[in-house]
Amino acid sequence: MSTQDLEQRFQDRIDAGEKIEPKDWMPEKYRKTHIRQISQHAHSEIVGMLPEGNWITRTPTLRRKVGLLAKVQDEAGHGLYLYSAAETLGISRDEMTEQLLCGKAKYSSIFNYPTLSWADIGAIGWLVDGAAIINQVMLTRTSFGPYARAMVRICKEESFHQRQGYEIMLTLCRGTAEQKAMAQDALNRYWWPAMMMFGPRDEESPNTAQSVKWKIKRKTNDELRQQFVDITVPQAEFLGITVPDPEMKWNEDRGHYDFGAIDWDEFWQVVKGNGPCNKERIAARQKAWDDGKWVREAAMAYSQSQENKTQSKIA
Amino acid sequence: MDVSLYKYLLMLGDNSMILGHRLSELCGHGPNLETDIALTNISLDLFGQVRSLFQYAAKVKGGSATEDTIAFSRTEREILNVILVEQPNEDFAHVVGRQYLYDIYHFLLLEALVGSKDETIAAIANKSLKEVKYHKRFSGEWLKRLAGGTDESQQRMQAAIDHMYPFLDELFHVTEVEEEMRAQGVGADLSVIKAECYAIIDDHFRIAGLQVPEHPPRVSKGKYGIHTEKMGFILSELQFMQRSYPNMQW
Amino acid sequence: MTEKSNNISPKSKSNSSEWPLFEIFIRSKNGLEHRHVGSLHAADSDMALENARDVYTRRQEGVSIWVVESKNIMASNPEKAGELFEPAKDKVYRHPTFYELPIELKHI
Repeated sequence: MSTQDLEQRFQDRIDAGEKIEPKDWMPEKYRKTHIRQISQHAHSEIVGMLPEGNWITRTPTLRRKVGLLAKVQDEAGHGLYLYSAAETLGISRDEMTEQLLCGKAKYSSIFNYPTLSWADIGAIGWLVDGAAIINQVMLTRTSFGPYARAMVRICKEESFHQRQGYEIMLTLCRGTAEQKAMAQDALNRYWWPAMMMFGPRDEESPNTAQSVKWKIKRKTNDELRQQFVDITVPQAEFLGITVPDPEMKWNEDRGHYDFGAIDWDEFWQVVKGNGPCNKERIAARQKAWDDGKWVREAAMAYSQSQENKTQSKIA
Repeated sequence: MDVSLYKYLLMLGDNSMILGHRLSELCGHGPNLETDIALTNISLDLFGQVRSLFQYAAKVKGGSATEDTIAFSRTEREILNVILVEQPNEDFAHVVGRQYLYDIYHFLLLEALVGSKDETIAAIANKSLKEVKYHKRFSGEWLKRLAGGTDESQQRMQAAIDHMYPFLDELFHVTEVEEEMRAQGVGADLSVIKAECYAIIDDHFRIAGLQVPEHPPRVSKGKYGIHTEKMGFILSELQFMQRSYPNMQW
Repeated sequence: MTEKSNNISPKSKSNSSEWPLFEIFIRSKNGLEHRHVGSLHAADSDMALENARDVYTRRQEGVSIWVVESKNIMASNPEKAGELFEPAKDKVYRHPTFYELPIELKHI
């Protein structure tokens, strides 16, 4: 069968809603795109542990402590599920880690913003997890089986994350004036970066068409962003705090909120590595990787020596 | 209020809290994802125990006390954890060594407390015992793996044990509060635990190929609220929110 | 027809300190089968069991765990799916509906 025929048959399967499994024939570009996207997603989970981890030792109550610890731990789990899904395509976790550390692989830019107050933990849960859920629910139906299965598991576990974040915000907004100001300040700083999480506008997103065709994506960046705005603005109103966008208003004709222009220059600056925390995030991952090297080696050496012992006993 | 019982609960809870805090510092920084997740599980177990113990302590204290006022509003001198658990995460071997020594003690202590005449303490001990059985397995396995891994891991593990072991003795120092609790059948008899604890540890060290450190016990008075220079930094993080924004709901 | 290694293509570069990959199967409660839930890395099968407990049963998902190193799984080749599975397609006589009985008949 010619490559063209194979590709046609592959596309037919996807169009028919069939899932693609790791050992199935797939176009090289499909494989590469998936490795890139899944590993980028995994890296986002792992790097995403850092800004929230920044507050684990400083939670205001014990109840918040266990909630936050469990959440950040879940992110490690989610990174692990996603790395495993990518590994079915013939890349090792170590290779992916190296790509992250050398800057070849990207992760979600939102995690290059600092967490400056306790309210940021609430804002991240509410806005960042809120935005992520919109994306992830779509991905549970993606065409690549291992990715879709990982997303199902992740979505199930993540359902508490956003509620946790919103509960933190709600408690702050029902608290003292100082607490409410803290919540507003967090919204001010996290609103626009959260809006940027859906990626460039459709006309500047050349990969979207192919991704939609392969059912990696089922909605465009702008569609998802609009969905996020429509869901989130009423939630902000319920809290009694204001989205920092003077142009935000309900458009009766469209049945959607209109919103102001995103600062795409800032977006690209952060993507390129010039965000407030890019260096620190990678440095922290690099340190964990370097500090853990001897531990990983020791565990392998120990297992090897145990295996040798058993074998020499049998012989 | 029953001051001795209250203080006894603080001693139990503070050890779990400060050790849990040290482990929580590692969340997101472990040697790989699997180990990171495992360490966080232990931290979560410990904070769960802290909550049970401090909720009970708040009841004993009465008034407006809550688990959080107890955790976050006491001064350093009023915090009664042993020096071992506040030792920093120097490297993964130190984390394992500190955990292993505490786990063996903790397990034996809880086994004794399951028979406490105080029903709440007995119930908390019973629940915690299952968790700590797992902690002990985790730290014991890693102790063995690091001691029997590479030359580097062997050296690091030995160095960590050399550092941590002299703090073990403080765990068995009997304060007045502990003596009173033992006499009432509420607390554990530390002298019984002590012999067993050292026997298990020394035996495990031999099997793992680690030298039992000969260094004499370090003078440690954590149980009296006299801590190391690190403690102020632990508390400045742990209590940051409650100190900066007192009397608020979170 | 069968081929060693289920998932991992041979292109994967091996790294001596990278722990091998294990496939994890969990029985969610007694009476149900073990189901594949995902993978993880561990230095050996003892550690894989412990890691599986920490990674895959954080929400009481299981009462029993199986682990198997991924490289030990033999997997059928999807390109042979035709000869493997299609011959069963027309064997309708293996299904109860193939046999025609009057509808008033009960319990059969």
